[in-house]
Amino acid sequence: MHLITRSLPVAIWEPVTQAHKVIRATAKRGGPSQILSTSCHMRAPALAGDVSGYFTRSEVTMDQIILQILNGLDKGSAYALIALGLTLIFGTLGVVNFAHGALFMMGAFVAVTVSKVLTLSHKVVDESRTDFLGNPLQVDVPYLYDWFGQSAGDAIIDWAVPISIIVAIPIMVAIGFIMERGLIKHFYKRPHADQILVTFGLAIVMQEIIKYFYGANPIPTPAPSAFTGSFDFGVAFGFDPNAIIYPYWRLVYFFFSIFVIGAVFAFLQFTTFGMVVRAGMADRETVGLLGINIDKRFTVMFGIAAAVAGLAGVMYVPINPPNYHMGMDFLVLSFVVVVVGGMGSLPGAVAAGFLLGILESFASMSAVINLLPGINQIIIYLVAIIILLTRPRGLMGRKGVMEE
Amino acid sequence: MTNSNFSRRRVLKTGAIASAGLALPTYLRADGHTGFTNAPGDSEVTLGFNVPQTGPYADEGADELRAYELAVEHLNGGGDGGMLSTFSSKVLDGTGILGREVKYVTGDTQTKSDAARASARSMIEKDGAIMITGGSSSGVAVAVQALCQEAGIIFMAGLTHSNDTTGKDRRANGFRHFFNSYMSGAALAPVLAANYGTDRKAYHLTADYNWGYTTEEAVKSSTEALGWETVNAVKTPLTQTDFSSYIAPVLNSGADVLVLNHYGGNMVNSLTNAVQFGLREAQANGQNFEIIVPLYSRLMAKGAGANVKGIFGSTNWHWSLQDEGSKAFVQSFGTKYGFPPSQAAHTTYVQTLLYADAVTRANSFNPCAVVEALEDYEFDGLGNGKTLYRGADHQCFKDVLVVKGKENPENEFDLLEIVEVTPVEQVTYAPDHPQFAGGDLGTCNPGA
Repeated sequence: MHLITRSLPVAIWEPVTQAHKVIRATAKRGGPSQILSTSCHMRAPALAGDVSGYFTRSEVTMDQIILQILNGLDKGSAYALIALGLTLIFGTLGVVNFAHGALFMMGAFVAVTVSKVLTLSHKVVDESRTDFLGNPLQVDVPYLYDWFGQSAGDAIIDWAVPISIIVAIPIMVAIGFIMERGLIKHFYKRPHADQILVTFGLAIVMQEIIKYFYGANPIPTPAPSAFTGSFDFGVAFGFDPNAIIYPYWRLVYFFFSIFVIGAVFAFLQFTTFGMVVRAGMADRETVGLLGINIDKRFTVMFGIAAAVAGLAGVMYVPINPPNYHMGMDFLVLSFVVVVVGGMGSLPGAVAAGFLLGILESFASMSAVINLLPGINQIIIYLVAIIILLTRPRGLMGRKGVMEE
Repeated sequence: MTNSNFSRRRVLKTGAIASAGLALPTYLRADGHTGFTNAPGDSEVTLGFNVPQTGPYADEGADELRAYELAVEHLNGGGDGGMLSTFSSKVLDGTGILGREVKYVTGDTQTKSDAARASARSMIEKDGAIMITGGSSSGVAVAVQALCQEAGIIFMAGLTHSNDTTGKDRRANGFRHFFNSYMSGAALAPVLAANYGTDRKAYHLTADYNWGYTTEEAVKSSTEALGWETVNAVKTPLTQTDFSSYIAPVLNSGADVLVLNHYGGNMVNSLTNAVQFGLREAQANGQNFEIIVPLYSRLMAKGAGANVKGIFGSTNWHWSLQDEGSKAFVQSFGTKYGFPPSQAAHTTYVQTLLYADAVTRANSFNPCAVVEALEDYEFDGLGNGKTLYRGADHQCFKDVLVVKGKENPENEFDLLEIVEVTPVEQVTYAPDHPQFAGGDLGTCNPGA
């Protein structure tokens, strides 16, 4: 055991400090935000003249920049969570898991299911009202009303999404476990192309199952009413009211993702289990020769990765009503995030998630679109190309990963 | 040495037999229904229902299919007859179309133009469909309409709202009962002015494709004509799922109205995001901030849930209408399926009846005869009041509904309430109106 501790890779912390350096370096140089703001300031008047005052406020102001940074952090937290799970699986099992977006979607549908279960109702005929065909109206009364009374029942239904978190963790770990033991373990020794095909196929199967039960239409599942509305940052920082407002739930999402990311890192860094897993990531064979059943531990990691994706999905439900396709929408993006961050690098995945989230947000500002039409559609891929050209292993990729 | 000792006489003889043989099937079929693609036999006629059965609009497609099945049932004399009894034309008597039993085949458009064309082609070539109808997107409608024009088949468009379907991409073989972007703008603007005043600054978010452009243009020009100002119009990628970065700057942009030229999943997400950002409670320029969704559908309202409350939009038809036609249709559909029909179901049901009626009046399945029977045809009793199928562009002209998200819905279908029925005169335009310019119907094509 002692031997392992000493020879353990410090991969987890090393790249983090590297990330700090990158961020500090960009900050010193003015950072992307300032570059954008200056260039837009220069361009804006000319533009306004071009289109005869059509864009009355195309100047980029400080509050807009802060707003888009908030936006980017929020978008980035979803990317980071999904990419983190993806990298965990890749780093431990060496499997490129294209079903990871589907796991995110499954998490969202756990929340949908929980809120459906909580609102399970029985029909009570109300003779005083009629339905659209003129028959007596059948009113749905949730069973929760019968058990806890109407106000307590409403409160429970209102908090369906946070309640789903508790339900989602065991379900997602179980789904991850079944996926790994049932299907993916048979593909460890196969080429990456086979793994991609089988996991992609699995993703489609999972989508179709969800569509069969829930339909293709998105299903609204709101956040608890305590979290509706927006927080006015501007007032807190001395801007005008309404200048920088941000929805409470999106802030909750951001802090939630920080908490989950922190928990995963802490688990890997500070527990014996995490230490063995890290050792296994560095040299699977040696750890196996030491008499440790590393496969079992990797299966657990798969379960954890599935739970991380699932939790990201659960919490995402109030932001956008989930449909069966939402996993695919995130899948491609999260792969770009992983590649930009560096294959197999956990801190890289997190950093790249936030970085791309922020860049995507800036690219969708109208001043930026006016300057570079279409930039909002391609920014992510543009960044990916530039990073891969200049740093072929991604931001924090290490030599030897995915390069046999 | 050669074996080819064809004499002139022998060539003539063989030729005569061969041509007689070739002519035989045509001769046997010659009962006034020849000379066009897929002429039906004496007992059956096949219609092709091309709707999205997979993909994001699968639920809408399923509702269209329910309506088609209901229409077929009614045409064949089953059920309670639905709108056949309220339709101003009385030639349909429940004996199918021209005495032929109506059969149908279905195709899956997947809401993709190429898939929709492939399934339409297969229904025409393999199943012998005499008419293609359906669809849940303008891109698909335009693509399938062009295919039907080439194949010599009538296309009765389903849910398609872009101006181009009966504008620059209009075709002689294609007909649209559904309303369009221009009509939405023309119907909405006066209601918006009455409710929100004429001193408004609008910010548009527009889906980056054909329908988005025509809707943005229509709403922009109608509202600007009433004194509104357009502060900004931003195109959003069709694949966008999180609109926060587009919506966040809106409140501080100087605008006090947000117009979401989005449909389907785009609309569900952008509206949800806009409400999340507190735009509904916000104040701008001393007025309440407002959100507008030019085209509503029930499925979208359902997907956006409580977020639609109090938000104005337009729709082609709504089940709460109290005219005889609508009541008959809701009764018939509701009894069979247990919930009220959507506007997609309504337009597809009506299109099927209109086709059957046109064939019956023309006494021929020949597409050119059908086109002639539909052009400038006036009818009533199909749920939208007096309606004209204009000959110049094959667009239906009828009243348009302005609706609002209901504050206290009683059930999951009771999401929209009708604010105003805009009379047809107010939404009528010239066939060569700038928003529709550049199109040419061409001539009808009966095919082979």
